[in-house]
Amino acid sequence: MLSISNLHARIGEKEIVKGLSLQINPGEVHAIMGPNGAGKSTLASVLAGREEYEVTGGSVLFEGQDLLEMAPEERAAEGIFLAFQYPVEIPGVSTTNFLKTAMNEIRKHRGQDQLDAVQFLKLMKEKMKLVNIDQSLLSRSLNEGFSGGEKKRNEIFQMAMLEPKLAILDETDSGLDIDALRIVAEGVNQLRSPERSTIVVTHYQRLLDYIVPDYVHVLYKGRIVKSGPKELALELEEKGYDWIKAEAEVNQ
Amino acid sequence: MNPSFSSYNQFKDQLLAAFRTNEARMNGESRTPVHQVRRAALKQFDLLGFPTIRHEEWKYSNVSGLFKEAFELDELSPITTDDLATLEIPNLDGNILYFVNGQYHPELSRIISPAGQVQISSLADALKADADFIGSHFARYADYQDNAFTALNTALATDGAVIRIPDNTTVEQPIILRFITDGRQKNIASQPRNLILVGQNAEVTVAESYRTLGDRASFVNVVTEIVLERDARMQYYKVQNETEQSYHIGTTQVNQTDNTHFYSATVTLNGNFVRNNLNIVLNGQHAEAFMYGLYMPNGKQHVDNHTLVDHAMPNSYSSELYKGILDDNGTGVFNGKIYVRPDAQKTNAYQSCKNVVLAPGASMNTKPQLEIFADDVKCSHGTTTGQLNDEALFYMRSRGIPKDEARTLLLYAFSQDVLSQIKIQPIREYLENVVTQKLGK
Ligand SMILES: Nc1ncnc2c1ncn2[C@@H]1O[C@H](COP(=O)(O)OP(=O)(O)OP(=O)(O)O)[C@@H](O)[C@H]1O
Ligand SMILES: [Mg+2]
Repeated sequence: MLSISNLHARIGEKEIVKGLSLQINPGEVHAIMGPNGAGKSTLASVLAGREEYEVTGGSVLFEGQDLLEMAPEERAAEGIFLAFQYPVEIPGVSTTNFLKTAMNEIRKHRGQDQLDAVQFLKLMKEKMKLVNIDQSLLSRSLNEGFSGGEKKRNEIFQMAMLEPKLAILDETDSGLDIDALRIVAEGVNQLRSPERSTIVVTHYQRLLDYIVPDYVHVLYKGRIVKSGPKELALELEEKGYDWIKAEAEVNQ
Repeated sequence: MNPSFSSYNQFKDQLLAAFRTNEARMNGESRTPVHQVRRAALKQFDLLGFPTIRHEEWKYSNVSGLFKEAFELDELSPITTDDLATLEIPNLDGNILYFVNGQYHPELSRIISPAGQVQISSLADALKADADFIGSHFARYADYQDNAFTALNTALATDGAVIRIPDNTTVEQPIILRFITDGRQKNIASQPRNLILVGQNAEVTVAESYRTLGDRASFVNVVTEIVLERDARMQYYKVQNETEQSYHIGTTQVNQTDNTHFYSATVTLNGNFVRNNLNIVLNGQHAEAFMYGLYMPNGKQHVDNHTLVDHAMPNSYSSELYKGILDDNGTGVFNGKIYVRPDAQKTNAYQSCKNVVLAPGASMNTKPQLEIFADDVKCSHGTTTGQLNDEALFYMRSRGIPKDEARTLLLYAFSQDVLSQIKIQPIREYLENVVTQKLGK
């Protein structure tokens, strides 16, 4: 589904992603962990198409297509979704209006009919229940004045509405209380299917109790320096990153 | 002598001569108090001359373009209802008065409110019918000593709208004053003059709309004087959708007394050169004034909003929000003055001006001016000028909304803070449509 090989990306003069490779097959859940500043959010942004990041080498194929050639909106239409680590406030645009516009743009891109108001509302009601989100929140300006947890829950709500093929969750668990964490995890698990894949960026094993990954990767200094089964997350929780860093320096 | 200087003098001479022509046509009216005021105003205009950019109030707004055109004054237009079709505001209902090249056209207009609710007439008719009454209000509020354009208007004004609302009356239908310049054949200048008197505990909604037909130059120099007697309420909208060849200079002067509420929105969609002065005197306790503004100059358009709120008495409230979207080589000016007089304790005054600059050639000048002489007051002001938020754009695009669409959605939302204030629904919808079209370009 997603095939990243030897990816290099920089912002300004600073190289942040330095030869990163990763292979994700349909239906898989991959967790990416790693110390602060390692480049996890940068990788997520590059995959979503943020123009500030310049790709200086390597390739990314999504379902066989060159992802790097596509505009962010095309990537979304092709089925990529990024739940932001820091969701952006959109003053004056309600979640409802925003999502309706987004869904219909995506449908247009795919040559599907536009959703009418009734169909849209029905879908919204269904997904609201799934992530336990309140109507009043959805009528307010998107993310404006939302609490940290509300923003994250809203990201998952949007994901549930858009049903992406590849969801990238960038620290969606941080700032969530225990109940919200479970709800978010359920939202993700509901979407799990043999065709859909998920990248979960997290610092905590806790989330991985709910969203059980097929693989765990450690990103350090812009590269994947270690990959393993879900037990790797437990080991990291126990021992921290020093041993990984030491290994990585030796291997360089 | 350089050419622009000579054309400056030519234009000024032409305006002075027009005054003499008007005067010669008068029959008895020249001895009325109104005409004495006109004379004084003409003298003042002659003395002041047109402002240059050396004038503090005109530093960023250069009117010299006016002198490059030769304008016809008092040009009658043979316009018909069919000609106006392209300028219609869909579904608009209410009292609709048409002024073409400054002159009232009753055959195009429609007054539907009963006379018991409101008396609506043209200034020309009111001067004939009740010169003393007009004399007791004309130029009593809008100062012409320091403002050459107000002086010019005061000297040359012959027509406009006179609206009187009796005490304890709500005018149910809005009153829409449509000022049309017929620029199909000639360059046209006009000097409309409006007087709106809202009686005690009365309520009214008035809109002024400005359009130019054809592609010749237009110059509208308008003055509107508004008086709110105690407990009166008014919604006042000024809407400009002019052309690349239009000049608009206008002053709205509002006098508020005890317990009055004034809500205004000034929306400038298009116009080559626009200067709006909105001056509000809060001359009463518990008076409230709300001022909203939206301007979106693109191309080479220039829009200047000067507002003044004069808190003269205690316990009054003013709140102001102006927003600008500037594109291409469009330029904007916001100058917001707030005076709090020594007696005006417990004043609350808030002012905010927010701008989005979309192109490197576009620019905005903002100048809040607070002069506070009382100590127990709450005042705040803030101006921001920035680019469209890239983070927000990326967020929206990452959800599948194409760049142009995302940009339009963000800017439309930005404009809604002002447009949503407009309570005449057909006018609001019309503005929303024009804004959307303009943003989509
Ligand atoms: N716009 C920018 N300008 C300069 N440096 C940047 C910019 N964006 C990111 N960086 C730098 O790139 C590095 C990687 O940042 P990134 O946000 O990808 O880290 P991360 O792995 O997501 O960290 P965290 O766990 O704290 O979220 C950091 O050193 C960061 O300071
Ligand atoms: Mg991060």
